[in-house]
Amino acid sequence: MLILHCPYCQRDVDETDLHAGGEAHLKRVGPEADAAAFEQYLFMRRNTKGVHFERWRHVYGCGKWFLAARNTATLQVYGTYSAQTTEPPAHITEAIRAAQESQA
Amino acid sequence: MKRYSAFAVAREAFRQHTGWNKAWGHSEPKSKYDVIVVGAGGHGLATAYYLGKNFGITNVAVLEKGWLGGGNTGRNTTIIRSNYLQDPSAAIYEKSRSLYETMSQDLNYNVMFSPRGVMMLAQTEHEVRGYKRTAHANSLQNVTTEFIGPERVKELCPIMNIDGPRYPVLGALWQARGGTARHDAVAWGYARACSDMGMDIIQQCEVKGVRTEGGRVTGVTTTRGDIKCNKLAMVVAGHASVLAEMAGFQLPIESVALQALVSEPIKPCMDVVVMANTVHGYLSQSDKGEMVIGGGTDGYNNYTQRGSFHHIEETVRALVETFPIVGRLKMLRQWGGIVDVTGDRSPILSKTPVEGVFVNCGWGTGGFKAIPGSGWAMAELVAKGHSPLTDAFSMHRFQRGQFIDESVAAGVAH
Repeated sequence: MLILHCPYCQRDVDETDLHAGGEAHLKRVGPEADAAAFEQYLFMRRNTKGVHFERWRHVYGCGKWFLAARNTATLQVYGTYSAQTTEPPAHITEAIRAAQESQA
Repeated sequence: MKRYSAFAVAREAFRQHTGWNKAWGHSEPKSKYDVIVVGAGGHGLATAYYLGKNFGITNVAVLEKGWLGGGNTGRNTTIIRSNYLQDPSAAIYEKSRSLYETMSQDLNYNVMFSPRGVMMLAQTEHEVRGYKRTAHANSLQNVTTEFIGPERVKELCPIMNIDGPRYPVLGALWQARGGTARHDAVAWGYARACSDMGMDIIQQCEVKGVRTEGGRVTGVTTTRGDIKCNKLAMVVAGHASVLAEMAGFQLPIESVALQALVSEPIKPCMDVVVMANTVHGYLSQSDKGEMVIGGGTDGYNNYTQRGSFHHIEETVRALVETFPIVGRLKMLRQWGGIVDVTGDRSPILSKTPVEGVFVNCGWGTGGFKAIPGSGWAMAELVAKGHSPLTDAFSMHRFQRGQFIDESVAAGVAH
């Protein structure tokens, strides 16, 4: 069972209480954008094999969206953080770097 | 290639079975091929087979990072049907189903195709309307299906409880000519035929990079050295995005885990395939007697071929209501595979931004049924640059909004 830490409730939550919301940090395009930009925003995904930043909603809890850094090749979770960010915060990138160094 | 026949079995019976040859050869990679197919699963081998059979292109290598048929070809629930809603889907899936009918003869390899009939249960009023619509669409597409009532469902599948409290069976979309086949044999049969045409099937050879020159493919870098090619067909499931990234483009795909399980073998009790999309479960009985059960996908990206256990629980819970005998069964084994899912739940068979590179991917949760049709169409696309069967499945359809929207038509068990 995948367990993620809800940064709002400050507790560990089973995946059955969560809803996955796909890739994080997507840049939403405006109405003036062309078809290619909308395709990029709506359909194109990095689908990384490795470190993946993604959206989750604590749907059977506080109901809030948060973001997680997780490895799709090993299922290791590096940490969760606020959805009100445009890039992974320092403590997440540090956790990823530490995990990758310990494996190397 | 020595032909398999009743006579050959009798002949070998008299000499301790010493006369059988290896079904396919193990080759070292040559320095250059006309076409390299990445992925020796059903789709990749079928692509190679029809390149040779329909277009006379036999200077072909099929590269496989693991073992032949070891990906989703060996991990599915072997269901074959073509009762799709949209015309492009019906065309390619029906082509595929019809090729399955003669596959054992065409390949001289028994793939145990069993057209036992497939029914998709309607357990909500929505589904009743949806499947009636699909049945009408199918009759326009020359795909024989019909909408049947609950009594007929019970007659075809007596072990089913059609008056469940939560999800009563209101009817079903019935395709009498759908069924199952032996999944491994499909890959093995194609591999044997490809090998017979002089193609190289190279296992344990992982593609690590795609070489291009002036926007055109020149070859691939692999764990067994560099191999040159004129054309490159990427026919993989689970790692299409990873390969695309090597070639420098992105695909509208997300990879998620899909699981299945089988029970202990029991006496024959069910001679049809039943799919229940509302409750995310599907069931059939294999020739060995195991009940083969498939469920829904996980919601999040995953490359590990392991899924979340609660999906198994949900699938079995749902099936126990509709098939009470499942509750008495011990489950034998469970496994997961990685499926590539697109935004409209339809596959991608397409040219790519790199000249000479073609992709066949995104079959999501239902690629097995499509193997021969997909190979047939992909071979034409690679050989001629276009195919009437693949035109609608371009990777650029999302930009144009020309979706082949099957997520509504087929629900989860697609």
